[in-house]
Amino acid sequence: MMLPPYAELLGITLADAADPTLLLMPSADTLLGRPGYLHGGAIGGLLEMAAIVALRCALAEDGGGQIKPINVTVDYMRGGREKPTFAQGSVTRLGGRVANVEATAWQDDADKPIAAARMNYLIVRP
Amino acid sequence: MTPETLPPFDPQRFIRHGVGGHGGLLKLSYHAHGPDWVELQLPYQAALVGDPGSGVLASGPILTMMDMATSLAVWTRFGQFRPHATLDLRIDYLRPATPGKTVFGRGECYRITRSISFVRGQAHDGDPADPLAHVAGTFMFTDAPAERA
Repeated sequence: MMLPPYAELLGITLADAADPTLLLMPSADTLLGRPGYLHGGAIGGLLEMAAIVALRCALAEDGGGQIKPINVTVDYMRGGREKPTFAQGSVTRLGGRVANVEATAWQDDADKPIAAARMNYLIVRP
Repeated sequence: MTPETLPPFDPQRFIRHGVGGHGGLLKLSYHAHGPDWVELQLPYQAALVGDPGSGVLASGPILTMMDMATSLAVWTRFGQFRPHATLDLRIDYLRPATPGKTVFGRGECYRITRSISFVRGQAHDGDPADPLAHVAGTFMFTDAPAERA
């Protein structure tokens, strides 16, 4: 799957060839907010990208279509440190016109997320 | 110098040498401020595109700008810098940003309690009456003692 320019700017890559929905964002000075911590916006951008990738994968198996973001809610649980960050999205419901998607970001331990997002998308079916 | 004698927090001074880190990557800069609000600007960059087909900006850069504008608004209303962390941030994407246009993000802090600040804001690309995003969120002061019953 082709990631958009903004994902490239964040340095996001696919973490696992076997799982196209697992994303990796390596640490970089250009992702920092306060010293030593990732910017909340960079974490949010990663979460949104994970949600979009998961939704595109699910949609590809369901006839395809365009997606338009309606909203995002990000909860920040822990400060993101200067280390690789993983993120994975999951489609809670793929309807005819709307999709509900969740995404989680973590660093060392997937059971200790640093942030999570919920998003609603409008689906434009072909 | 004790905190009482520090000059009041000035968002324009705070970021006059440009924004570092992730804000620098996005080329975020100061635009305007008032007693409880700060407006930043996000110039259009091809590298920020989320949908190559239309050239529309990704939503992530707008999230970053609103996080920062609302964060600065907290310190501006509070009157001085104080360490805090974003607890949650919600964005409604009202319409896509117009490709090629600078996006302005105004963050407002409308309430500060002992440990929590409440913020809201809007983003537009030239006409404040035609916003492209609406945000609401909370920050938590990280130096506040734990609340006791």
